[in-house]
Amino acid sequence: MTDQAYNFAYLDEQTKRMIRRAILKGLAIPGYQVPFASREMPMPYGWGTGGVQVSAAVLTPDDTFKVIDQGADDTTNAVSIRSFFERTAGVETTTKTSEASVIQTRHRIPEEPLTEEQILVYQVPIPEPLRFLEPRESETRKMHSLEEYGLVHVKLYEDISRHGHIATSYAYPVKVEARYVMDPSPIPKFDNPKLGDMAAIQLFGAGREQRIYALPPYTQVVSLDFEDHPFEASKADHPCGLCNATESYLDEVIIDDQGGRMFVCSDTDYCAARQAAGHKGKDAA
Amino acid sequence: MQAETLSGGFADPALQSTHAFRSVMEAMARPGTVQDISGAAPPAPLSKAAGCVLLTLCDADTPVYLAGDADCDAVRSWLAFHTGAPLAGPSHCAFAVGPWEDLMPLSAYPIGTPEYPDRSATLIVDCPALTASGAVLRGPGIKSQAALSLPEIGAFQNNRALFPLGLDFILTCDDRVAALPRSTEVS
Repeated sequence: MTDQAYNFAYLDEQTKRMIRRAILKGLAIPGYQVPFASREMPMPYGWGTGGVQVSAAVLTPDDTFKVIDQGADDTTNAVSIRSFFERTAGVETTTKTSEASVIQTRHRIPEEPLTEEQILVYQVPIPEPLRFLEPRESETRKMHSLEEYGLVHVKLYEDISRHGHIATSYAYPVKVEARYVMDPSPIPKFDNPKLGDMAAIQLFGAGREQRIYALPPYTQVVSLDFEDHPFEASKADHPCGLCNATESYLDEVIIDDQGGRMFVCSDTDYCAARQAAGHKGKDAA
Repeated sequence: MQAETLSGGFADPALQSTHAFRSVMEAMARPGTVQDISGAAPPAPLSKAAGCVLLTLCDADTPVYLAGDADCDAVRSWLAFHTGAPLAGPSHCAFAVGPWEDLMPLSAYPIGTPEYPDRSATLIVDCPALTASGAVLRGPGIKSQAALSLPEIGAFQNNRALFPLGLDFILTCDDRVAALPRSTEVS
């Protein structure tokens, strides 16, 4: 039952039109950050206000909506955003990746490959990949317009000179269609190879920073690297403790104060489906 | 005021515009696909699809340029009543609507600035026919290649050469919509 005190999907129609125009320009210029007039949402900045606004602008009552937070369907953030749209848009919700038509995500791409019928909405904290290298927006705008991305490579080079390898492990910068350098949001670099050539539409919303950007399906996305230090999608070198998966991204969980730890899939739906199919890891009860 | 002016809008704006937007977004994200779109009944000569796109995307913040036959009293008052969008010339518009020949020359429209390439016009081209055949498309949103019936090819190639600046096109015909963003290579 939709909460009748609000317009469909919470936002008023003028706001949705403004967001929709930004989404279309974002899709037309893949990787470019479109400014938009982000609204105050009934949740604090940093809790996915950008993703929520993008979701509100694209949801229809026929959609099935899934929200993940670091891969998990059952965290506070994911549960509250899911119930927000249950109340304001009356959409069906699910935790199963394959059943969802719109998936809002914080910092992960689901393990299960997405299809052409799906839309992936990212919550983005800092959309500007150059922000920590150059704090002035006027300058980073100019750098993007001139394709002046040398500074990003210097940052990766400094990683190598200090650590012997590229130590950036999340929010790893990518180049889209050989033009714009883009922040893929703080997904682990393990997920970077999934950004390119994806069948689903990918939309990125940064509420506090007031930016929307997008990747159409089958867009070329390349993680920045060097010939002698090629990009490597890394993960913890263990099988999942619960479902024994070796291909999925793992979280490290401290389980006692004796140094005990276990590694589990960060994608809870993927892990639960594998366990239901009979896969069992060494830490499974 | 004529009855035609007051009718033909979305009966349920929130739901119909979100469905219409999804069609437009799918079209823009996947150039070469033709999507169904419905809900609006604008006065002639606008197609139903063009009317839907205007109702979905235009409001007081978006100056609209009515090209050629589309610039008639019926369309002017319909647009004003349902969207409140101000009318403008091609050089100051956010959206332009009309048949391809009347929208010319493309050099008249804003193509954005190097810092803000999104500040460019979107052209809603009312076409006599719209099918997924004809000119070959390649680029973002297209797996290997796609096809779309385009009014011509050279103009879109010139537009692609401006990337990341340039115009974006929404093609409409009856109750169908397709799109050609500036990122698409046409041959």
